[in-house]
Amino acid sequence: MSVPTVNEDLLPPDGIPAIEVRDLECSYGGTTVLSGVSFSVREGELFFVIGGSGCGKTTLLRHMVGLMQPAKGSVCYFGENFTAADRAERRELLKTFGVLYQSAALWSSMTVRENVALPLEQYTTLNRRERDEIVTLKLAQVGLAGFEEYYPAELSGGMRKRAGLARALALDPRIVFFDEPSAGLDPVTSRKLDDLILQVRETLGTTMVIVSHELASIFALADRVILLDHEARGIVAEGRPSTLAATSDDPRVREFLTRGEGTAAGQPAA
Amino acid sequence: MTAVPTPARAEAVLEGDLLVVNLGGVWRVTGPQPAWSRVLEGRRPRVVRLRADGIERWDSSLVRFVYEVQRWCRETEARCENEALPAAVVRLAAELLRARDAYVPVDHSRNFFTTVGLTATEVWRQAREFTDFIGECTLSAMALARRPGRFRWRDCFYEMQQCGAMAVPIVGLSSFLVGLTLAYTGAIILRQFGGDIWVADIVGLSMFRESGAVLTAIVLAGRTGAAYAASLGNMKTGEEIDALETLGISAVDFLVLPRLLALTLMMPLLSMYANCLGIFGGMLISYSVLNIPPTAYWVELQSIVDLSDLSTGVIKSIVFGVLVAVSGCLRGLQCERSAAGVGRAATSAVVTGILLIIVADAIFAVLFNVLGL
Repeated sequence: MSVPTVNEDLLPPDGIPAIEVRDLECSYGGTTVLSGVSFSVREGELFFVIGGSGCGKTTLLRHMVGLMQPAKGSVCYFGENFTAADRAERRELLKTFGVLYQSAALWSSMTVRENVALPLEQYTTLNRRERDEIVTLKLAQVGLAGFEEYYPAELSGGMRKRAGLARALALDPRIVFFDEPSAGLDPVTSRKLDDLILQVRETLGTTMVIVSHELASIFALADRVILLDHEARGIVAEGRPSTLAATSDDPRVREFLTRGEGTAAGQPAA
Repeated sequence: MTAVPTPARAEAVLEGDLLVVNLGGVWRVTGPQPAWSRVLEGRRPRVVRLRADGIERWDSSLVRFVYEVQRWCRETEARCENEALPAAVVRLAAELLRARDAYVPVDHSRNFFTTVGLTATEVWRQAREFTDFIGECTLSAMALARRPGRFRWRDCFYEMQQCGAMAVPIVGLSSFLVGLTLAYTGAIILRQFGGDIWVADIVGLSMFRESGAVLTAIVLAGRTGAAYAASLGNMKTGEEIDALETLGISAVDFLVLPRLLALTLMMPLLSMYANCLGIFGGMLISYSVLNIPPTAYWVELQSIVDLSDLSTGVIKSIVFGVLVAVSGCLRGLQCERSAAGVGRAATSAVVTGILLIIVADAIFAVLFNVLGL
């Protein structure tokens, strides 16, 4: 299949991109889900991977974070090849990014404090008091100060997502991946989570890669998106969502971004 | 790999009452960071001025350091000048200071009397839940007995296969080895009196009246009771049981009764099978160690074991089957909605099951003695 031409203006202008995915092929038990996927993400960018259900968004994310091994191609973080990294290099590169899973994936037998402190215990030499201070800071950042001793089962869906974000941010990673952050949340909570993502990006300059099909979040947050398609098994469009919705000739792109209504969702009708 | 980053540094210069702290380098929470106590070196300045001219990159580690400086200044009534720091660092450090001030540590410890009281309440609550559950199962079973067509026979047969046929190897092996051990232990004493042949009596009576049923029940409490708790617990976590309830289908009718009937029917059969294997193990030792011919062993066994021994074992195993199934299903339905909850439910099912088996066995011992069985 043909790989869409990358708009040079949208590539990282200076030096090494935060993430570079080259010719990635993702397969499940012999079936190719995605093929020839290439894109770059610049540091500090809010980058969305979008597409309909079953197009391979989460599969791409799982390949990028090393939960699945690609059949072909590579993923580089700040110029270092993650796919071909040996055990020690991989451990170092894992500190580069944090992941917020769709279900938040908090460890249910641990309190919120223990959940956020675990990466700090594993990767830093901080003592218990210092770790607790960082945990308090992270929880305050996500608006969960005072919930340190709660267990995940005692939190609401939105609070679990925020606790998951605090855990993903525990090591101050340069990149944070989000898998469907709005899934299962009401519109108000979802909006608050979007604000939180923006706030974290503005404070720490963190690169955010978000897998989503929530059009409201995509139009509100995204600096740039790639649109995956199930039949094309790869990227069919790349760019700013409002621009793509207004100017793309590809009916798949227009249909997705306008919900088939001809007007971009979340955008005023012309 | 990229070039090694400049490590985080904090260099302090004392100018009278003013301590100027120059912060620099790359501040990473995963890397080495200077400690405020070392920077201070025991000095007591009246003013601390933080400068950030040399900072190349920062994260939470710098915020934590600034927080530590601010806290020290507050405790020693010194003034902290942090205007030269990046605005985000100042904001986050203030946020951390506020959150730590508001933080109240939770004391989970309880005194002895509170613990005793809470434990007693918990035991009472669990006993009530257990009896309630048995009552609910009885009512459901009576309702289904009137309309047997509504019973999920297919699930019941599947569970029979799972808890019966699939358990044959483990039950067989353990009872064979128990029979073997009983014969060995008995032989040590009986040989001294020349009563070798009574090994058959010891093995036969203990397997039929006691070991066969208890051993099978304990094996199935670990194997099937835990599996029931885990599968129902997983269903509860995945809201599958809620889905049944909202459709107006009773979880007891749909999930518990097929399992309960399957285990209640399979337990006596497995128990009989365990008796046979145990007797065979005893026979093997009698022949190989005590030189008792299998025929003599068999004749002696028939002379001592009668129908009442067989029936006590069968009655016990039926009750044990009910207890193991009820504790497994109850713990599964009581499961908390989390992965850890499923683990706790499985553990609790095994503990409850084994405890109930032992208590019931003791009650049977007294009861059969009174009845002369």
